[in-house]
Amino acid sequence: MLEVQNLSMRFGGLLAVDQVSLDVREHEIVAIIGPNGAGKTTVFNCMSGFYKPTGGKILFKGGEIQGKPDYKISRLGLVRTFQHVRLFSRMTVVENLLVAQHRHLNTNLLSGILNTPNYREKEQKSLDRAAYWLDRVGLTDMANREAGNLAYGQQRRLEIARCMVTEPKLLMLDEPAAGLNPAETKDLNQLIISLKEDYNVSVVLIEHDMSLVMDISDRINVINQGRPLASGTPDEIRRNDDVIKAYLGEA
Amino acid sequence: MAAHNLKHALFCAIVTLIISYPILGFNLASEGTTVTLEGAKTSTIVGVLLAAVVVFLFQLFRDNLMGSLRQLPAVNPLANRKPMEQSKRLKLESTLLTLMIIGALVWPFIASRGAVDLSTLVLIYIMLALGLNVVVGLAGLLDLGYVAFYAVGAYTFALLSQYYGVSFWFALPIGALLAALFGLVLGFPVLRLRGDYLAIVTLGFGEIIRILLNNMTNLTGGPNGIGGIPDPTLFGMEFGRRVKEEGNTSFHETFGIAYSGEHKVIFLYLIALVLAVITAIAIRRLMRMPVGRAWEALREDEIAAKSLGLNRTAVKLSAFTIGAFFAGFAGTVFASKQGFISPESFVFLESAIILAIVVLGGMGSQMGVILAAIAVTILPELAREFSEYRMLIFGAAMVLMMVWRPQGLLPMRRIHIELKKQE
Repeated sequence: MLEVQNLSMRFGGLLAVDQVSLDVREHEIVAIIGPNGAGKTTVFNCMSGFYKPTGGKILFKGGEIQGKPDYKISRLGLVRTFQHVRLFSRMTVVENLLVAQHRHLNTNLLSGILNTPNYREKEQKSLDRAAYWLDRVGLTDMANREAGNLAYGQQRRLEIARCMVTEPKLLMLDEPAAGLNPAETKDLNQLIISLKEDYNVSVVLIEHDMSLVMDISDRINVINQGRPLASGTPDEIRRNDDVIKAYLGEA
Repeated sequence: MAAHNLKHALFCAIVTLIISYPILGFNLASEGTTVTLEGAKTSTIVGVLLAAVVVFLFQLFRDNLMGSLRQLPAVNPLANRKPMEQSKRLKLESTLLTLMIIGALVWPFIASRGAVDLSTLVLIYIMLALGLNVVVGLAGLLDLGYVAFYAVGAYTFALLSQYYGVSFWFALPIGALLAALFGLVLGFPVLRLRGDYLAIVTLGFGEIIRILLNNMTNLTGGPNGIGGIPDPTLFGMEFGRRVKEEGNTSFHETFGIAYSGEHKVIFLYLIALVLAVITAIAIRRLMRMPVGRAWEALREDEIAAKSLGLNRTAVKLSAFTIGAFFAGFAGTVFASKQGFISPESFVFLESAIILAIVVLGGMGSQMGVILAAIAVTILPELAREFSEYRMLIFGAAMVLMMVWRPQGLLPMRRIHIELKKQE
């Protein structure tokens, strides 16, 4: 479904990502791990169109997407979250979810001002979708709070819900468990698996929490200093000597 | 502690002296062709000194004074009340709004001519501020050259009437659309800019338009401006004593009443009122529509907005264009009200005042902006007795406002959205 081929990203003299390849199939959770500064987020930024990669190809459903504007990539169904939560913090929780459904809404100015039936129907549909996802991530009671006032764990869940209302095909999560306590991490674990199982979304995630990664990933890619180090199933990665040396550490 | 207080108090007193003595303690007197400086009356100088002493004493004992003040029972009984429920608030708001509109409709028939004229100006400022509120309050794009679009609207009408004899009602949509077009065109180069940089560039645009108007003498008359801009007509009825254009009738003759200059003033006021209400309603709708939410999302977090598929270019340009559209509206009404316009009316100070209205009212809040527009336009008129000090009073009021209520008169409230329960 998504194929990254020999991706390189150079910032001036610094080669942040060097010949990284990975692929994601339908109905699969793929993790990218590696030490801090290895270039994981840079790979994400290239995939989501925030950076224009200096080399390599990114294919999504057979079409090349490298260098396309970010909002177009997102509209193709490739949606991401961020390492630091990026909510619209002075807007309410529902409004956050409504903004995300921009492309499902009737954005014609005139039909909005005149409040035509078509406009109302689409608005109601996106409200229903928002209500569904709020219920799904357990934030229904918070619907009209300002997003910035939520607890950190709730903000994380809202960010995932906000991606899901766009009905993505592939979800990219950048350190979704960062700053969560063990109980919250477990909930997140279940949520991500259910995204794959129930909503047929493929997931790519960057994560440092090894228990989470090993539990839910179908395959893992390890990056070290911008270069691909290994890839394989969790078991293969756990036994790979290079990975242990560079990242996991000896037990 | 005491020594620190003393030092601070002395410092404050000296600053008071430095600021107030040169302003109040000297007078400029003209003798023939030369201007000389002379000292003010003794009473003024004593006043300045007294003020310094008061500041000194207040700063010296500030902690005690403020401490005892705090022990007073809460002066503001509303301070700790709970926020009103949404349904109740909406009801109260709509009642208040209805009353306000009824009041505004009755107003011209009970007030004096001057007051109605001033109210028309207030309504023009309301339109301008509501438009700028879209750009600054909702989309978060600091625009310091907003007056340019106001000028485009005004000059469109003035030029069209001068060269082609176009009437107010034709010029109104043309002026607004042309201003919107300018908003779109000026929006393009500033798309990538944010914050300070955007402010500087928009400031430049505002000045460019004004200077262009000033220098394109053969088209706009330059600093001499354009006069003889016609008044609006009511279904072909003119409000002047004599009919100027062939085929028109005059208002007082049609209805068989005596001619009065007030008819025109009241009519203009009513037009401005209707347009202001339309502006308010249209923008209120826009705020609740996807495009309104997109503006706010872009203000809150541009990167997140892009990652969710919002087209930054389209969203920003729509904010600029719609804001400019309403400024064009206001400009056309202004030109018609004044009958004469020149680049003098579109200086940077105008942009600053409109921006002040938006900030004072509370960014993004329509009611707040309307209240602030009324306050900012009327206060200087009420303070006319203080003549040269009125801008000082105006400035002081702004500073105090920002200290005590930085969020504005009536900060924006989020809309409560009822969701259906999930089964």
